[in-house]
Amino acid sequence: MPSNLALNGKNATSRKQESNLVKTFKRLLKNKLAVFGLFIIAILIIIAVFAPLLVSQGPFEQNLSETELGVGEQGHLLGTDNYGRDMWSRLIYGARISLVVGLSSVILGLIGGLILGLLGGYYKKLDGIIMRIVDLLFAFPGILLAMLIIAMLGTSLVNVIIAISIWSIPGCARIVRGSALSIKKQEYILAMKSLGASDARIILKHILPNCTAPIIVFATMRMGTAILSTSALSFLGLGAQPPTPEWGAMIAAGQDFMWSAPHMSVIPGVAIMLTIFAFNVVGDGLRDALDPNMELDG
Amino acid sequence: MIGLVVRRLFQLVLLLLGISFLVFMSMFIAPGDPATIIGGPTASNSDLEAIRVDLGLDRPVLVQYFDYLGGILQGDFGYSYQTGQSVTEAILTRFPNTIKLASASMAVAIIIGIIAGMIAAIKQNSWIDISSTTFSLAGVSIPNFWLGTMLILIFAVNLQWLPVGGLNSSIFTFQGVVELILPAITLGTASAALIARMSRSAMLEVIKSDYIRTAKAKGVKRWSLIWIHALRNAMIPVVTVIGINFGALLGGTIITEQVFAINGIGRLMIDAIAARDFPVVQGTVLLVAAIFVIVNLIVDIIYALIDPRITYN
Repeated sequence: MPSNLALNGKNATSRKQESNLVKTFKRLLKNKLAVFGLFIIAILIIIAVFAPLLVSQGPFEQNLSETELGVGEQGHLLGTDNYGRDMWSRLIYGARISLVVGLSSVILGLIGGLILGLLGGYYKKLDGIIMRIVDLLFAFPGILLAMLIIAMLGTSLVNVIIAISIWSIPGCARIVRGSALSIKKQEYILAMKSLGASDARIILKHILPNCTAPIIVFATMRMGTAILSTSALSFLGLGAQPPTPEWGAMIAAGQDFMWSAPHMSVIPGVAIMLTIFAFNVVGDGLRDALDPNMELDG
Repeated sequence: MIGLVVRRLFQLVLLLLGISFLVFMSMFIAPGDPATIIGGPTASNSDLEAIRVDLGLDRPVLVQYFDYLGGILQGDFGYSYQTGQSVTEAILTRFPNTIKLASASMAVAIIIGIIAGMIAAIKQNSWIDISSTTFSLAGVSIPNFWLGTMLILIFAVNLQWLPVGGLNSSIFTFQGVVELILPAITLGTASAALIARMSRSAMLEVIKSDYIRTAKAKGVKRWSLIWIHALRNAMIPVVTVIGINFGALLGGTIITEQVFAINGIGRLMIDAIAARDFPVVQGTVLLVAAIFVIVNLIVDIIYALIDPRITYN
């Protein structure tokens, strides 16, 4: 991740008075894919918030006389599973789980990453040790670090949140440190120092706000990864346990009914795919929109 | 160049030490008493104490760590709490399957990725470009465990062309290759998508550069212009992406093995995590992380070899 994403003072002043936020948003709206992504995320949030109003049958409610119904059969929009539970209901309660787990693990990861990154970027003495810790955490490929933490804490959805947060820390710390290092060298920071501003003031009021652009992009992309990893871990039996309507766990449950009820594993997968896709394209779009030096190439 | 290799090797040793310490400590502080896992619920207190003494669990933690480290250096990763089998042996019997899966997937990813990306760049804005770009966007969004499940549903359950799972035949037999097709596509797709994306943008950038224009003006044939002059420089960022991706691929092996019931390191690890069989978790996690950092080192060296401008000072 390049560190030059931070909006620098020169660009901010050479443009007209319109705030950066509005400009960024306008640029984002020019990107059709990103708008599509935003639309999917908006729908996800709406169905997650209003889940109880959108279902006629609870996600855990079994009806053994209506098992393995196909899509649209007997008033079940997306059919039912092997216990006669409504797939639509499970799917939208699953959206709740995905968003909550994704959001909380990204926020926790950001807090950890921001603290390490800002301290490392600002204090040279701490930088060495912090970056070695970050390197160490980076030595575990992909989902492996999350798995190690689950191995340590045991399998549950809460532990998945902890695992994914810790796994998000090194990436965030590296980005923040990069931005902090480049901002620290600028003259206005030196000026602040000579005016007697405290370290805390410089870090929180001047360096932190300048890290927001890359952090927003990282957080958006990371939401996708976090949701994907949650379902991967649940699929493997290391995350949400049955009967929790988590998407990955639903796919795993559907594997045994591939002959008779393939929709049980098809539908949750489509939901995961659309969600990850949405966060990826919005993240991509934000990266382009937040970098004033870059042209949108469609 | 030699200086770079020596320095990186030194860093590698330190990193491997750090990894082993982290993995050891995380299992050490994990709740759950190994003696209870081995002795079972009926074991008496004196039995548990005997097991602890037998395993050396009554010693100070650092002594235990250095003992473990010494064992690893001699190829001894301890013994499974569950089966009593040597962890080294368990890993060695499953390792070939994981290697087969990872290399087949990497091959799929590199071949499809580079070809799709290059063609998309050369024929920019054509339908080939659009379909290749769409593929690379969709490819990174598809969860591999779901893709695998869907491939099984289509090609094994409905069409019955390919086996549902397992990896039991030798890779040099027809059956062995057939068994690898679905798992390799499952695991390779996301990496192929990323490689295609990177190859496309790198190639587009190189094609627009001055030296390519000069070569064109000198009358270099289009074929050699692209595949000889441009490719080498376009490959520099692609090699990095391949290297970074290798980690995701290794992590993905764990999941793909579970989908296709392949008896590899990943399944061993997941079963061990579920059973809280710490020595097996330690051994497998350590092995995968070690492979990852070693491959990263190799990628860095290759990187310096293709681009003489890089010196890593």
